[in-house]
Amino acid sequence: MSIDTAPPAGATALDATSGAATRRDIMHRLLMTIGPILAALVIAGCILLAVGVDPLAYYGYVLEKGLFSPLGIQQTLTRMAPLLFLAAGLIVAFRAGMWNLGGDGQFLLGAVTAAASAPVLVQILPAWLALFCSFLIAMLVAMIWSLVPALLRAYQGVNEIITTLMMTFLGTSFANVLVKLVFRDPGTTVPQTRTLPVEDRLPRLFETTITSGLLLGLAAIIIVHLVMTRTAFGLKLRIVGANPRAAVHAGLGVPSLTIAVFAISAGLAGLAGAVDIIGVQGNVRADWNPAYGLAVIPAVFLARMNGFAAIGFVFLLSVLSIGGESAARRLGVPNHFTLVLVSIVLIVLALAEYVDHRYNQSRKA
Amino acid sequence: MSSLSSSPAFNRDIVALEGVTKRFPGIVANDSIDLSIRPGEVHVLLGENGAGKSTLIGMLSGLQQPDEGRILVDGKPSRITSPRHALALGIGTVFQHMMLVPTLTVAENLLLGGPWWQRPRTEELEARVAEITGSLGITVKLHAKVSELSLGEQQQVEILRAMVRNSRLLILDESTSMLTPKGIEELGALMRRLVEQGLAIVFITHKLKEAAAFGDRISVLKLGRKVGEIPPERFRALGEQEIISEIVELMFGRQKDDPEAVERPVRAVDAQVTPLLQVADLRVAPTDNAPGLSSISFDIRPGEILGIAGIDGNGQKQLAEALAGQRAATSGSVRLEGAAIEALSVGERRQRGLRYLTDDRLGEGTVGTFPVSINFFLKQVGAAPLWRSGVEQRGEIDKRAAELVREYDVRTPSLKTPVARLSGGNIQKVLLARELAEGAKVVIFNKPTYGLDLANTLASRQRIRDTAARGLAVLLISTDLEELLSMCDRIAVIANGELVGTVENAEDARTRVGRLMIGLAA
Repeated sequence: MSIDTAPPAGATALDATSGAATRRDIMHRLLMTIGPILAALVIAGCILLAVGVDPLAYYGYVLEKGLFSPLGIQQTLTRMAPLLFLAAGLIVAFRAGMWNLGGDGQFLLGAVTAAASAPVLVQILPAWLALFCSFLIAMLVAMIWSLVPALLRAYQGVNEIITTLMMTFLGTSFANVLVKLVFRDPGTTVPQTRTLPVEDRLPRLFETTITSGLLLGLAAIIIVHLVMTRTAFGLKLRIVGANPRAAVHAGLGVPSLTIAVFAISAGLAGLAGAVDIIGVQGNVRADWNPAYGLAVIPAVFLARMNGFAAIGFVFLLSVLSIGGESAARRLGVPNHFTLVLVSIVLIVLALAEYVDHRYNQSRKA
Repeated sequence: MSSLSSSPAFNRDIVALEGVTKRFPGIVANDSIDLSIRPGEVHVLLGENGAGKSTLIGMLSGLQQPDEGRILVDGKPSRITSPRHALALGIGTVFQHMMLVPTLTVAENLLLGGPWWQRPRTEELEARVAEITGSLGITVKLHAKVSELSLGEQQQVEILRAMVRNSRLLILDESTSMLTPKGIEELGALMRRLVEQGLAIVFITHKLKEAAAFGDRISVLKLGRKVGEIPPERFRALGEQEIISEIVELMFGRQKDDPEAVERPVRAVDAQVTPLLQVADLRVAPTDNAPGLSSISFDIRPGEILGIAGIDGNGQKQLAEALAGQRAATSGSVRLEGAAIEALSVGERRQRGLRYLTDDRLGEGTVGTFPVSINFFLKQVGAAPLWRSGVEQRGEIDKRAAELVREYDVRTPSLKTPVARLSGGNIQKVLLARELAEGAKVVIFNKPTYGLDLANTLASRQRIRDTAARGLAVLLISTDLEELLSMCDRIAVIANGELVGTVENAEDARTRVGRLMIGLAA
């Protein structure tokens, strides 16, 4: 094998060659990411043509409403706040090899408990402390909700994809029940929680409508990224994710790490719910379920679980969803076309990955 | 099918292997193997687990392609590209685990794989089966569900399936492992009748008795190499006991041209010193796929190497894992420097100085996608000075890793290279560096040279000798008797999860250990 004949590596000799290699690697990554996205836009354009919509007009509206108009970009950035928290939670779980697909249930329970607690707490506590407590409660409730799949996975090896998905159905229904039966605002006829007054919500940034939750979201995802890549705890989680048997062999407490992963991931999803309520919505209406949790998963995959790349893809997702809503209204394309677009991107990306892998294999052989 | 008459074609090889080599990441599974498979012969492939039998079968049945060398079918070099292609060439394989659909009837199973656009030709099949079973003297219930058949009957169905497809070469992979003694006898008789009809059979086993009883020709594999062959003429001339002892010699004996054979330097281990590791009555419950351990007791003194010999799969891995803390022991005590450690976790035992070098380098020893540098420190994640208050000190890690790379001569393109890209020998060096790092007192080596090339084998052995010379206690688990004889002070033999005897490594150790391994008294 050729590796055998390489000289023993000295630390100094390594860095000169690896610099160029890293640059080539980054270029390759960019090409492998942007190429498929452009291809997906073309394919989605063909679908639009097939249903009789001018794709250029559609993309034009999306960009104009989601990116270039002042109001649109503010909405886009506001939408990013909960999505960033969710993405942060998914990064922790996915890097540790655990597929927490229960984000929506955890998100809604966090949202409902935040919506129920915040209007009460602001009356008895200073505003900042009240909001902090609401965040905390939302996080804890979501963490507790993740205990069932976490314990089942840690001690019984039950597949968490199935348990978290099932728990998400229960969670959304339970959140609904809470709104209708327990936390219902007696002052309104529609079933919803009491509304947090606008002045008590998270402050807006400067003179815009952008919520300061965006900063919290950015902080969350950057902290998660640094913890996962730079700390011993993050490395332990990545070992569990990359090779669970090696984790056992190295003496890591896999069950307790598993529970920690679920708690962190779900806690961040609960915070996502809280930041959306306390920052933007102010209350939760019954049957409200934006399904952000599932929408974020492709973005995290596209980013290959890298926190900084995830910020970019979450931004893209926000532009698409805000712009897509507006373009849908004007051109009569269903609102869900955004999801069609995102899924086409994902499929094309997977295909590109496969082709690239085969190409590398055949070149090696 | 050719008749038994001595036509000139009869003694020509159906399939021949010439210098076939197959490598997997980190392991040479088959090392330039020559094999000739002839009609009318039961060719026994004998070897322990990991000797390369399954890989060889994989290549003959089209599941894998050789990296070097060639396979001749009827004298013509052929590439067997798929199992379907192998069947078309007349090579049928009965795998170790049954490959029948349990919910279908025997007839339906036999008809699987026919053209999908045709109706199953049941009548044709029945006639063909009657013809085959008649000539072989077996009965097969065509309309019984497979799940209702015994394992022996299922195996007959699999053999029948190969025959229905006109196989000229039948490969039986560890076919006796699930059969009752009576079933084994019947299989032996069936094989005899099959070869009398001019078929060639390759019979894989690791049981010596079966090899001697059923074979015409025996090839012995050891660590990927073919170490010997007993041709039919010799086979007929020898009695069963003589054959077995010759096989034992081939499997465990010293090869004349073995360059690895190094005389063991005589070391004196002071018998008065208190042992570093004391194991008493260790017991582990058996699981579905692994034997348990019972009444394991031994001591190892500082500077001593205790070898564990035995046929692979007799509890060696369980023993290593129980000592390292990866597998729960049901009873017994393990003492390190006199202090009981049997209740401690893996990490705490390592902290005390107990190190376990696993035989599964990529499966559990390393995280293949992680860089070489991190893999050096997998077992001390979070410890100072490489991590400070939980934060990775990249400079420190790279500096220490570069030192280890130099010290242990790890050939890697860079510290950032994913460890799985290194050769087996270099991955082993990474593991050695990790386990022998500061603080080691007792080191368990599980098959430390398995799958390594000669240079790396010798280097690893020297590391182990140096380890003992430094005053550490060494437990060396190996299936290579040569290795144990060249390194150990004492050799214990494990069989069915029990230590059946311990032998001082003196002049007659080779034969005594060999006898213990095949179940005879030393």
